[in-house]
Amino acid sequence: MSRSDWQVDIGLELHVQLLTNSKIFSGASTQFGASPNSQACAVDLGLPGVLPVVNEAVYEKAVTFGLGIGAIINKRSVFDRKNYFYPDSPKGYQITQLNYPIVEGGKIEISLKKGKTKIVNVTRAHLEEDAGKSIHDQFHGQTGIDLNRAGTPLLEIVSEPEMKSSEEAVAYAKYMHQLVTYLGVSDGEMSQGSLRCDANVSVRRLDDETLGIRTETKNLNSFRFLERAIEFEIDRQITALESGESIQQETRLYDSIRDETRPMRSKETATDYRYFPEPDLLPVEIDDEYIDIIRKQMPELTEHKSERFMVEYDLNNADAKLLASDTALADYFEEVTGISGDSKLSANWIRVELMARLNRDSISIKGSPIPATETGYLISLIKNQSISGKIAKTVFEALWQGESSAQKYIEDNNLTQVSDSKELEPLIDSILANNPKQVEQYRAGKTKLMGFFVGQIMKETKGKANPQQVNELLNQKLNL
Amino acid sequence: MIVDKDVVKDIAALALLEITPEIAEEYITSMSQILTLVEQMQSINTDGVEPMSNPLDGIQKLRLDQVTEGDQRVYFQENAPSTSEGFYLVPRVIE
Repeated sequence: MSRSDWQVDIGLELHVQLLTNSKIFSGASTQFGASPNSQACAVDLGLPGVLPVVNEAVYEKAVTFGLGIGAIINKRSVFDRKNYFYPDSPKGYQITQLNYPIVEGGKIEISLKKGKTKIVNVTRAHLEEDAGKSIHDQFHGQTGIDLNRAGTPLLEIVSEPEMKSSEEAVAYAKYMHQLVTYLGVSDGEMSQGSLRCDANVSVRRLDDETLGIRTETKNLNSFRFLERAIEFEIDRQITALESGESIQQETRLYDSIRDETRPMRSKETATDYRYFPEPDLLPVEIDDEYIDIIRKQMPELTEHKSERFMVEYDLNNADAKLLASDTALADYFEEVTGISGDSKLSANWIRVELMARLNRDSISIKGSPIPATETGYLISLIKNQSISGKIAKTVFEALWQGESSAQKYIEDNNLTQVSDSKELEPLIDSILANNPKQVEQYRAGKTKLMGFFVGQIMKETKGKANPQQVNELLNQKLNL
Repeated sequence: MIVDKDVVKDIAALALLEITPEIAEEYITSMSQILTLVEQMQSINTDGVEPMSNPLDGIQKLRLDQVTEGDQRVYFQENAPSTSEGFYLVPRVIE
């Protein structure tokens, strides 16, 4: 098998659980972790005579998402029935949006290795209800059904089949995860199933102009599984095609223990969902005013923020993107800069000193042991030359280890930088007096020895001397 | 579209209905009649006509995002043939 003879086409369907109090069509709670069926009301159970009523929050979330990816918001959207039988769907159909979804189009820019980026287009995003959960291993010979999740609002985001590798697919999924969390559309809790992914994968020869036959691997609930399942499918499909077999268009499941995908047996016969417009619901119409209100409530988008950081704070592209990528991080940076008065130095410190520690200890910026006020204060001291960068690092580490106040730590340990020439001059004089040989060599042209003198002074002052000041004074004295 | 025994069988399978051969004959006739009517309707020119998704000429009212339904599991499960530990039990379904 040689991958270099083949190209890969991947499209993703992301099922994002919307952050609402109640379900999409009923007033039952969506809280995670409740006792089985304690949050499944008559509507969720599909009892005769009940009628669905649409939750306004699902529209607010869907429109927010649509605006977030620059999509078209359809002012008229229509719900449809998708008919299939499975015990976790007691009505015998799922209410979804087929022909008139709320969101169409839109695109995102994903970041790849080596600083590359790529635009991925979104086909559509529609509202639908989730199914319940089946427990197969707890009851002898029977399946237990928990319908608490039935009716939980989902936004299904469908991409164009434009991704060419598992790396791109994972970057896309991660971006979407970050976006929906950032916008408050979803809580993004992957361990609770708030983001699940179906991967449509096909391969074709390099010179083939049409897409190959695809398989759909369902219900991937982590980025790692998404990557593994795609890698497995690419290899499996290429191996099959190279040995003369054909690919079946089918639905597959990923087995994380065996690290393989296999066909879902229950769907052997091609399913015909017999969609039709949901007779229990009227079309939903929204107007420009509604969309404008939501637009005004939205947090600043990452792209806008990173551009603003470049203009307002004079940051380079990489720093601006990194700091804008997370609301809490961006807020931290802005607070630090506000206090320190130096945006570039602040960005650098956050990136090099703070984030390295946060990453090392797997702490989120929200849980940073050093508040923005302390970081900002510390950087302001570097800026006004009260302390050197080196001393600041010592203080920062002390703060990281639990010191609560930079000011107190600096005072207690007498770390303030010495920039007073009255204090430095006698020290410099004595060092020059104690090293006559070096002074002679320096004056004879060996100017590299400047470093030696600075080092001696730093040693004497335990790093507290202001290096610029020392340089100036030394220059004066040595170049008499 | 021609409705024959196989079509009736497929549709019955999708709807999880058991159709005996005698009744299947009836369905072949009635479903063919319905489809003939549909074909007749499809011959009408509907260019520029917005498809109707509901015969009621209205728009959907939305409800506030509030939890209004409490836990009525005990009450609902009185109607279920089999339950355990809060779960509804069904014949085993395995993927």
